[in-house]
Amino acid sequence: MHYFLQRIRGFGWTDVLTQRQKLVWAVVALSAFCGVVLLAGFFAPYDFAAQDRDMPFAPPTAIHFVAGGGRLQVRPFVYGPRDSSPIPVGAAADSDQPYPLRWFVRGAPYKIAGVFTSRVHLFGVEKPARMFLMGSDGYGRDQFSRFLFGGQISLLAGLIAAIFSVSVGILAGGIAGYYGGWIDEILMRGAELFLALPWLYLLFAVRAALPLHISQWQVFLLLVSVMGLIGWTRPARLIRGVVLSAKERNFVLAARGMGASDAYLLRRHVLPQTYAVLLTQFTLLVPQYVLAEVTLTFLGLGVGEPMPSWGALLTSLQQYSVLSSYWWMFLPALLIIPFFVVFYAAADALQELHKTVPL
Amino acid sequence: MGRNRLSRVCLVLLVALSCSCSVARGFTAQAGEERMLTEGAPGHAGGRLVIALRSEPKTLNPALALDEPSRDVIRCLTADLIHINRGSLKTEPALAKSWSVSRDGRQYTLQLRHGVRFSDGEPFSADDVTFSFRVYLDDKVDSSQRDLLLVGGKPITVVKVNDFAVRFELAQPYAAAERLFDSIAILPRHLLESGYRAGGFAQAWSLSMPPGQFAGLGPFRLKEYVAGQRVVLERNPYYWKADRAGNQLPYLNEVVFLFVPSEDAQVIRFQSGDTDVLSRFSADNFAVLQKQQSRKGYHLDDLGAGLEYNFLFFNMNDLAAKGLPEIANKQTWFQDLRFRQAVSAAIDREGIVRLVYSGRATPIWDQVTPGNKLWLDEKIARPARSLERARQLLQAAGFSWKSDGALLDARGDHVEFSILTSSSNAQRTKIATIVQDDLSQLGMTVQVVPLEFRAMVDRLTNTYNYEAALMGLVSGDADPTSEMNVWLSSGETHLWHPRQEKPATPWEAEIDRLMQEQLVTLDYAKRKSLYDRVQEIVAEDLPVICLVSPNILVGAANRVGNFRPAILVPYALWNIEQLYVQ
Repeated sequence: MHYFLQRIRGFGWTDVLTQRQKLVWAVVALSAFCGVVLLAGFFAPYDFAAQDRDMPFAPPTAIHFVAGGGRLQVRPFVYGPRDSSPIPVGAAADSDQPYPLRWFVRGAPYKIAGVFTSRVHLFGVEKPARMFLMGSDGYGRDQFSRFLFGGQISLLAGLIAAIFSVSVGILAGGIAGYYGGWIDEILMRGAELFLALPWLYLLFAVRAALPLHISQWQVFLLLVSVMGLIGWTRPARLIRGVVLSAKERNFVLAARGMGASDAYLLRRHVLPQTYAVLLTQFTLLVPQYVLAEVTLTFLGLGVGEPMPSWGALLTSLQQYSVLSSYWWMFLPALLIIPFFVVFYAAADALQELHKTVPL
Repeated sequence: MGRNRLSRVCLVLLVALSCSCSVARGFTAQAGEERMLTEGAPGHAGGRLVIALRSEPKTLNPALALDEPSRDVIRCLTADLIHINRGSLKTEPALAKSWSVSRDGRQYTLQLRHGVRFSDGEPFSADDVTFSFRVYLDDKVDSSQRDLLLVGGKPITVVKVNDFAVRFELAQPYAAAERLFDSIAILPRHLLESGYRAGGFAQAWSLSMPPGQFAGLGPFRLKEYVAGQRVVLERNPYYWKADRAGNQLPYLNEVVFLFVPSEDAQVIRFQSGDTDVLSRFSADNFAVLQKQQSRKGYHLDDLGAGLEYNFLFFNMNDLAAKGLPEIANKQTWFQDLRFRQAVSAAIDREGIVRLVYSGRATPIWDQVTPGNKLWLDEKIARPARSLERARQLLQAAGFSWKSDGALLDARGDHVEFSILTSSSNAQRTKIATIVQDDLSQLGMTVQVVPLEFRAMVDRLTNTYNYEAALMGLVSGDADPTSEMNVWLSSGETHLWHPRQEKPATPWEAEIDRLMQEQLVTLDYAKRKSLYDRVQEIVAEDLPVICLVSPNILVGAANRVGNFRPAILVPYALWNIEQLYVQ
């Protein structure tokens, strides 16, 4: 029995894949994930803000392969709504009229990477039928499309905030570690102060004090910079530690003895040693900030309607009626989980490969 | 014939039984005590009712209570002179058994009920009435009732005629004078006068006082308060109402108010049978509760449109001195009637009813909701949504469209504004999101800004730093006098442009005149035609763009008898003295 338990426990990722393979797989999966999100307009059948007021809280549309007579169809199809009576809230379209699924259809215009405009969508069905892969929300908007578009905002927020944090962290940590003394004291006590501030309330206050005509992108940037600002302390402390030990290494001391300047030493010898810590921190921070965006939006501090973000998609779950009646509103939450798993797997593999500080 | 006799015998038996019952339960009616008999089927005595409150009451002092939970509890503890029957929306005698009006309509003489006692056993008399009104009208007390008791800008005066008659003198005839007395709780002079004279009235009757220091004329009296958990009331053995069989009311031995902080939590407690009565909940939760209605032993009622009206309005204040040039610039749109008409025409009211209220609301085009049958003007036009008409109106007003569909004004500026809503009201935020989408189809860029309620009110009434806002108002009464503050151009709640020194527009001047006139007109038909005209102006000139009126939704456990909810606050508990449990 004991032997079996040990076998099971030992049978982890590491036994099947080497760390390098694990990293490669994680990066491939991440790229695929990010690719789909980046091309959200193409993969999403609808515009994220398009409301279908006849179909609030529609369940995921059933895709059929077998027609009424029991004949297998080459082209999968969905059923459209009945013309006569409005569909009750939370019910699916249920007429007998089939609408075949079509590939590369023209639909609502969207932008790729904010530059090119296109109207081609990977798939779609003709009106009045609707194709809600993940159901619709309370305004009759397609959850799947909103999930993809929302990913753009959430991932971008995570990336920018992580870059911001790590940059501030490297600057503050590097200077504090390298110069030491009172500079170190001031920077590190400042970092502690940042850790101790009640950020959530500060954010509420900031939001209330802002002018009203601030656009959603301004709110977004504000959100991101605030998240980045809050998070600089941890990478800064880690980097300070690495720099502290790195500047005492023999080759650094030797270079200093030969008359190298501070800037040269930092750039050439000290900071390169922090590279592994930085990379690991970065991979850890991105999902953390995505999660932070989810939390902040959940509390009403994120980008406003009708812009989707992963946090915005989860806010409706605050309501008991949604929670207890419409199971498909949980789907975005479920889909976010693999994203985090892959990201953490990448961070884990990176850390193992470089044998850096434990997570 | 035989059956008839039998039933008569039964009735006699019943009366005899119930008499003995009242002897056993409380105090028998003393000689000279004039009990008020109520309608409604006689119920069973005993038992307790559990109700959830959204938050702890702040005080039990009727003059200081502003929050709904405090008022809900105080209503059970106190009584008024003349009461608005929530079922019929008409006035009925309460502590005053009858009243007469002088010919000029300025003097009301109220005959008080004899033999009535406070819940501590002390007798009630005209002195308590004069004392109560002195307190409510006192500047220093700063009671919330004071404004209601000003008629023609002057406080009403109260004169004691004898121990059981008081006379109220008004500065001018006042159409809704009888309705003034509703919910003005009569205070016990013997308990409060010394504190009041010493200037300590504001501290009186906080929740932390011992229950023995409290006495009222309501069906219940304070038994226990457990901070953070509950307030428990017990039956007032001296209560002055009886059922039609002569049994002293109330039936219930105890009423327990639990503090349950959120609507969802209240719904869950009700669903699981922890509480007996539920009101003030959303249509979404109504649908959730409905599914288990038969299995869980409760029933739900949709009473139709209440008196709440939700509306969108634009900032029309004079911003010259406020230093808000950007908003002042946009006011050229807001002040253009065709712009407001276009916005009204573009909004999908039916969509709001469907998406926000699951069909449990009514679209409206003016401030009087279909629930207010006495005052509704049926002739008001109710045009369906038309984007085409909206576009025509905008075009006529000099607006144009860019190639990408964005709306430009005559100066070539893009039409862009923000709508404030209260972040604590999920329904209103949802309405704003729908309005945002509707107006985007006209090429307007609209931002929805949910703000904390007090921050929003500060912007609306003090700084005027906003462009548009979405709000709801609930009249405390069906009568138009309760809306004076909203429609008079000098009013504090004249939201789009409050506290004007003189009316800024001809139609505001006309509303002022009509509202003042209906106030002093005593004939209902004449008043109705005056108020109809106000509704027409609101629907035509659109100072506020009325959108929807949500239905009043209530629920109660099947074991609660005599449950007759109404569309006036407090929707479910207005006849709590008659409620009983089986």
